[in-house]
Amino acid sequence: MGEDTDATPTLNHRGFLPDHNYVTEADIISTVEFNHTGELLATGDKGGRVVIFQREPEGKTEPFSQGEYNVYSTFQSHEPEFDYLKNKTIKLWKVSERDKRPEGYNLKDEEGRIKDISTVTSLQVPVLMPMDLMVEVSPRRVFANAHTYHVNSISVNSDFETYMSADDLRINLWHLDITDRSFNIVDIKPTNMEDLTEVITAAEFHPHHCNLFVYSSSKGTLRLCDMREAALCDKHSKLFEEPEDPSARSFFSEIISSVSDVKFSHSGRYLLTRDYLTAKVWDLNMESKPLETYQVHDYLRSKLCSLYENDCIFDKFECAWNGSDSVIMTGAYNNFFRMFDRNTKRDVTLEASRESSKPRAVLKPRRVCAAGGKRRKDDISVDSLDFTKKILHTAWHPTENIIAIAATNNLYIFQDKLNSELH
Amino acid sequence: MKAAAAEGGGPCRADGDDSLYPIAVLIDELRNEDVQPPLESLATVEETVVRDKAVESLRKISQEHSPVDLEVHFEPLVKRLASGDWFTSRTSACGLFSVCYPRVSSTVKAEIRQHFRTLCSDDTPMVRRAAASKLGEFAKVLELDYIKSDIISLFTALASDEQDSVRLLAVEACVSIATLLPQEDLETLVMPTLRQAAEDKSWRVRYMVADKFSELQKAVGPEITKNDLVPAFQNLLKDCEAEVRAAAANKVKEFCENLPEDNREQIIMTHILPCVKELVSDTNQHVKSALASVIMGLSTILGKDNTIEHLLPLFLAQLKDECPEVRLNIISNLDCVNEVIGIRQLSQSLLPAIVELAEDAKWRVRLAIIEYMPLLAGQLGVEFFDEKLNTLCMAWLIDHVYAIREAATCNLMKLVEKFGAEWAQNTIVPKVLGMANDPNYLHRMTTLFCINALSEACGQDITTKQMLPVVLKMSNDQVANVRFNVAKSLQKIGPVLDSNALQAEVKPVLEKLATDTDMDVKYFAQEAISATRAVFALHAAAPSPPVLDANFEKQMEQQAVCFH
Repeated sequence: MGEDTDATPTLNHRGFLPDHNYVTEADIISTVEFNHTGELLATGDKGGRVVIFQREPEGKTEPFSQGEYNVYSTFQSHEPEFDYLKNKTIKLWKVSERDKRPEGYNLKDEEGRIKDISTVTSLQVPVLMPMDLMVEVSPRRVFANAHTYHVNSISVNSDFETYMSADDLRINLWHLDITDRSFNIVDIKPTNMEDLTEVITAAEFHPHHCNLFVYSSSKGTLRLCDMREAALCDKHSKLFEEPEDPSARSFFSEIISSVSDVKFSHSGRYLLTRDYLTAKVWDLNMESKPLETYQVHDYLRSKLCSLYENDCIFDKFECAWNGSDSVIMTGAYNNFFRMFDRNTKRDVTLEASRESSKPRAVLKPRRVCAAGGKRRKDDISVDSLDFTKKILHTAWHPTENIIAIAATNNLYIFQDKLNSELH
Repeated sequence: MKAAAAEGGGPCRADGDDSLYPIAVLIDELRNEDVQPPLESLATVEETVVRDKAVESLRKISQEHSPVDLEVHFEPLVKRLASGDWFTSRTSACGLFSVCYPRVSSTVKAEIRQHFRTLCSDDTPMVRRAAASKLGEFAKVLELDYIKSDIISLFTALASDEQDSVRLLAVEACVSIATLLPQEDLETLVMPTLRQAAEDKSWRVRYMVADKFSELQKAVGPEITKNDLVPAFQNLLKDCEAEVRAAAANKVKEFCENLPEDNREQIIMTHILPCVKELVSDTNQHVKSALASVIMGLSTILGKDNTIEHLLPLFLAQLKDECPEVRLNIISNLDCVNEVIGIRQLSQSLLPAIVELAEDAKWRVRLAIIEYMPLLAGQLGVEFFDEKLNTLCMAWLIDHVYAIREAATCNLMKLVEKFGAEWAQNTIVPKVLGMANDPNYLHRMTTLFCINALSEACGQDITTKQMLPVVLKMSNDQVANVRFNVAKSLQKIGPVLDSNALQAEVKPVLEKLATDTDMDVKYFAQEAISATRAVFALHAAAPSPPVLDANFEKQMEQQAVCFH
């Protein structure tokens, strides 16, 4: 992986609107994900809309184009809710293509009007005629009413039969074909809610082992559970927790240790977690401490107080692995995102914004310097960081060096300028 | 093809059969081969229910094919599905092997076996699951040699699959396979896999073993049961996962019943009973509840002495369990015990348990015990009932939950059917009629509902002499709901009364109610009047049971018109 990345043209859902600084809440992208081949990329926003992009097959236009992503389908999945606490329905949508249309109905004419039956003197069998490709989206399943709190994660099992959904206190196991029942497999709700000290922040199934899943907590712990052991997985099989460094203890220690995202590596051997200031790689075989710790924006450590005041300390950043598990990526503020190469130990900070991304231009690495530190040209000082521009959601193509970055209401897609076939 | 679409009405008539006629014509005219292609496509779609139906239809069609047609038309279809790109067609193929195998030539049979083998080791768990779930069915149509050479290795592989969901389906196949093999082969070919499943790391697989235990027991026979299944069953009863213990507990009676007679008692007393005793105080209520639903059945197997010494303490302990469902399950199975030792032994503990359930805060628990009341009354006898349970039944009539009052009314009716009209007259009718003076109008209405339910069982005499006066008196009630229910009651009990009462007493009251200020009272009074007129005509026609004649039918027609 090189430090230089191509910038392909920005894809903005609302591209037809003129530039404006004002962003409606509904347009903020809340999730980004590639499908398992990387051919499709989906984004969801807070207004409940889903947009699916499809990669153009290579060689279609100029050799440079190298498979761009274009809008494939848009649909409204959920109605925007004023009250987040009500957002508890899970929907399974089917996206299908239709390129044929039946013609020659007996009872309807070409415009779809009902014919006068007395004019029908013979029967014909309708035939399928080709038509322009149409992408249809239909809800296939609606899984409702199983969660009392906001759902923070959904993960499909490698058995392709079940999936789990997690909220603050519970994790439920669903069967894809059964919408009216689910099994509760983790329940950390205390009998007395006043004793509540920890909530579930993220959960994911192991990529290969159908019986393993991990969930993270607001106290910075990870729990690996084996569904074979018991019907209710309240007891973990493994508990991953880094012992606290007493010298670094502060009022904010617990808050910044809260794990905002957890992801299994593609190999299934490692876990990647993100807390407020760092990203950590854990080995499934070692519970006592992480294998690697990467500082995402340690310069914020002295700013925690003001970040607490403006609530930024509660921002939930996601993290991602590349296809070969050699590089990890996560977002930060000022539309910056960071990548760490686990082998070379090199890291880079890049920016996703219109000003810095002209189509085909190579992204320049950025640097943040701590207040009062030696400042180079083009460096940004900590105090000039824009904390409203946060990159919370990122995704990496399953096999190639293509990444999708969600910056507020904009989606950026970047590709490695090196020939992707080399990887 | 007939131009059936041209038949009457509009094009979009929603009424049933006529709109299906053209399709029915089509299906009749089509031969099986015509229908197969659409079914083949339907068998590949994403939606599971559609695929399943298509496979079901294809299975039916295969029966209609001649052996030649099977090879020419059907088996190629199955081959295509089995080699399909999408997992959906491969899963559908799994359901079609067993229906075409029996009647095809041996070369084709070999092909089919090969396809099935391939699907059992398919990449996707969905296809392996489909194969595993059809393994037993396929084994049933295979020749014994092939079962031994092909099926066993597939079975062993699926039973060790990395996916829990595949392994647990292999357990089901185990039953079929064990039934098909001769006894001497079971030990080497099946038992190792079964033992592995009973100790599988995944509780879901162990649960399947527990769930299928009785079938397994029958399939492996008495020797293997004694040597292998008894210890396995013990382990399942002591499993660390409650779901497994509950599934095993459910099978206790069946397992014991099917043990070979010669050492049945010894096995139960030495091996099973100690585990059962532990389960009575299990921490999980579902386990206890499952046990309670079958434990009474052990008394018939063990006989009087063992029941009194060993089982009775367990029954009594469960009667006092904190979980209402456990207590209810014991009570609902009392008849087994009654046969062996007589209920009297239990009645001392039984009564407090019944009373506690009858007064439980949750109305559904109260409802459940009411439903057992007629059964209990029958078993305990009328004296016991009058002494101890009568007050309870009356109290339910004025419960604040309507569902309870309704069930209590129905309960009374069943009791009268059991104990007779004379008993009713002496014990319950006075109390029911006494409620007619209750200050709460809901209780006064309950009197009417009871009368509705009891009049037929009590007979004309009691109804006319005791119930009717009370009903008529309530026609002056100040609450309209009571008054219109009076009208409805009069309509209901009309057929039981004699014609004099109808004419002299019922008719005037109904006519008065028909001029009531309240709309609903007027309406129901009118209804009742029309209905009683018909009944009256019935009585007037002949003193003996009425014969339906043209006149009567005409009158009924007229009444029917009146009603609408």
